[in-house]
Amino acid sequence: MTTTTKIALAGNPNSGKTTLFNHLTGSRQHVGNYPGVTVEKKEGVYNAHGKKVHIIDLPGTYSLTAYSEEEVVARDFLVTEKPQVVINIADAANLERNLYLSCQLFELGIPTVLALNMIDAARDRGITIDAARLEELLGLPVVPIIARSGQGTVELMDRAIAVAREPRTWQPVSISYGDDLDNLLLEMETEIETAAFLTDTYPARWTAIKYIESDQQIIAKGQACNPELAAELTARVAAVADHLQQTMDTYPEAVIADHRYGYIKSILKQGVIRQQFDPARLFASDRIDMVVTNRFLGPLIMVAVLLGLYHLTFTYGKPLQDVLTMVFGWLGAGVDHLLPAGHLKSLLVSGIIAGVGGVLSFVPLIMLMFAGIAVLEDSGYLARVAFMMDRVFRIFGLHGSSVMAYIISGGIAGGCAVPGVMATRTLRSPKERIATLLTAPLMNCGAKLPVLALLTGTFFTQNKAQFLFLLTLLAWVVALLMAKLLRSTVLRGASTPFVMELPPYRLPTFKGLAIHTWEKTWQYIRKAGTVILGISILLWAAMTFPGLPAEREAQFESQRQAIMQTHTADTTQVSQAALGTLTAARNLEALQHSLAGRLGIALEPLSRLAGFDWRTNIALVGGFAAKEVIISTLGTAYSLGETNPESSASLSQALAADPAWNPVTAMAGIVFIMFYAPCLVTVACIIREAGSWKWGLFSMAFNTAAAFALAVAIFQAGNAMGLGG
Amino acid sequence: MARIPLRKMKKNQSGTITAVKVGGEMGRRLREMGLVPGTVITVQGRAPLYDPVALRVLGSTLTLRNNEAEFIEIEVADLATDG
Ligand SMILES: Nc1nc2c(ncn2[C@@H]2O[C@H](COP(=O)(O)OP(=O)(O)OP(=O)(O)O)[C@@H](O)[C@H]2O)c(=O)[nH]1
Repeated sequence: MTTTTKIALAGNPNSGKTTLFNHLTGSRQHVGNYPGVTVEKKEGVYNAHGKKVHIIDLPGTYSLTAYSEEEVVARDFLVTEKPQVVINIADAANLERNLYLSCQLFELGIPTVLALNMIDAARDRGITIDAARLEELLGLPVVPIIARSGQGTVELMDRAIAVAREPRTWQPVSISYGDDLDNLLLEMETEIETAAFLTDTYPARWTAIKYIESDQQIIAKGQACNPELAAELTARVAAVADHLQQTMDTYPEAVIADHRYGYIKSILKQGVIRQQFDPARLFASDRIDMVVTNRFLGPLIMVAVLLGLYHLTFTYGKPLQDVLTMVFGWLGAGVDHLLPAGHLKSLLVSGIIAGVGGVLSFVPLIMLMFAGIAVLEDSGYLARVAFMMDRVFRIFGLHGSSVMAYIISGGIAGGCAVPGVMATRTLRSPKERIATLLTAPLMNCGAKLPVLALLTGTFFTQNKAQFLFLLTLLAWVVALLMAKLLRSTVLRGASTPFVMELPPYRLPTFKGLAIHTWEKTWQYIRKAGTVILGISILLWAAMTFPGLPAEREAQFESQRQAIMQTHTADTTQVSQAALGTLTAARNLEALQHSLAGRLGIALEPLSRLAGFDWRTNIALVGGFAAKEVIISTLGTAYSLGETNPESSASLSQALAADPAWNPVTAMAGIVFIMFYAPCLVTVACIIREAGSWKWGLFSMAFNTAAAFALAVAIFQAGNAMGLGG
Repeated sequence: MARIPLRKMKKNQSGTITAVKVGGEMGRRLREMGLVPGTVITVQGRAPLYDPVALRVLGSTLTLRNNEAEFIEIEVADLATDG
């Protein structure tokens, strides 16, 4: 028996690959990563009349060069895993461009079936394609389909499986590249064949073409395999390149691209495409664009849409989040009730339930946010936003698409950096993408807001709203400047070409949105269950151990007994208050004694420069885990016992009364909290999305250093000007 | 007929690409999107800050930054250039 049938899906971005994949595999899919890169790997199972067929969704690419991770992943998969057949999905309304990728598959020689997708959309545009004629000209099965409704997909799969069953070797197609290159290719091919140079993996002519295109990956492999021949091939290519430069003022790779398009045009001209309308005719999509990207209306509509998305998310997400917070609160209280006092209870309640619950309570917000982004992305609007914003963002070394990540992270105050960092996936160029995901967490996310509001409310009582608005602006300025700094230092490099497609506006399907949203939300939940769980436990331990020495505990206990003894019916109130004070004092001392407390105290000499004392330090250290923790830790540190962010009035009074706090300290604190290390969930996301630990550590160290420098500057300057009073 | 860089084209003006004078990654990205000699393009519009530019190419819409459009040479009918 043969092994299981393996079919790969390849196609341009936006050709409907994901839609087809979802249709074929339904819920039987698995999303992972290709080893070592952040490119998503999707696999699924298709049920072909009772037989299982393995389907792999390759990343969407326009070409198979070595310029982007996606392209390298796609072609490495094809040559190393050798799927029995590739289904090449092409957008029928845009066939000429889509066939450019197909040409490269033909040259590789892998058995291919061409799926002409979106024939419904093409028909609406007056384009009809003679699939039978195309099949005859290309010599491979061509099946028209509508991935969205599933029409034609059964036939597509039947034909693909039939191809997969044929025992056959790869048959590379030779495209003519003009006299100069054809001669060169022929010579190179012979040399490659005789030396068996990389021929176990790649067809000889294909390797030769890659040398002409100066493909870095193949050149490196060639160098490792046979340095002499590699040098020889490079020299040959260089000679012809010189010749082309002198005679025609062009590049070898340009000649190759031109001839590929020439080959495509020659095929399409033979009665394959019938165009009913003038190609320059304006379609509905173009009409919408006339308004939506209009010089004056465009920006206004964009602001309205983004505000609307933000508003919807928080109007509907916040109450759900509150419900979840409440449920975890009850859960905590329940466990509190059931278990005897001790470390186990403390771990369960303060460590696990509070930590994981805090993260899980973000799920509704994240889900809504992703649903919103999915709508914007699937409808095609997101590409327009990138188009409109690119000029501004480019100044700072970013890309038009960076705007989305900023806004989601809290660019309008009160987002969340976790989905923000994940939203950078829409950016295709690595340097701009990393610069974006490192700076997006500088925005004022929803977890920082309560702390900022508390400090603002306590020390800047006049113009509170304006002040918060100024803080939002400050976040943008700092984020953009940081991006500029990163892009001119560690992430230096020319911006990648902006060449981007503005897909026609399409109505998103419910199924597509649901799958999209669920996939991303699930990744987040999984993280909460693993990484965050571990971190919560660690943080809990740091704030609990080492515990107070036994004799101190005994002293507190005897004081407690003393209060209880003097307690009579009339003095209930007094003794209750006394007990409260005692517990608070004990908690404070325990915190001071713990690892986290000692760290806070140890850091004091340094943090004094910015005006922070040891209590603030503990709160800020706790804030590494989640910014929400800052207020509750400050509460503990200020001996308030149980402080929840909703009723921070007493904490506000305590801060106002503490001589260490004044408007200058508050401003330094606000700035530090806004810009220091992102919370641990975000760091985990950064590591995942940037593909290396390095960037996660970098963001913690770099942001903290920068925030501290700013805070010190504010504190010192403020005091020098005598504002600290 | 006149040859001008794409960057100088006006809104709604059409022309045929005669050369793409850049190699490397940028050249490749432009070519794989169908911007090769012989392709007919129409300038569809510009972003609010005049950059990037949106083009109609082979039935789809592409966007390019002005500094990328600089490398593309277009043959346009004389009439439209001074319009
Ligand atoms: N009219 C029509 N629309 C389709 C069809 N197939 C897919 N679409 C739509 O085309 C858009 C893009 O589809 P996707 O499946 O996300 O495309 P993709 O190739 O996976 O794109 P990337 O995720 O960017 O790689 C979606 O809005 C789909 O709903 C079809 O057969 N007809």
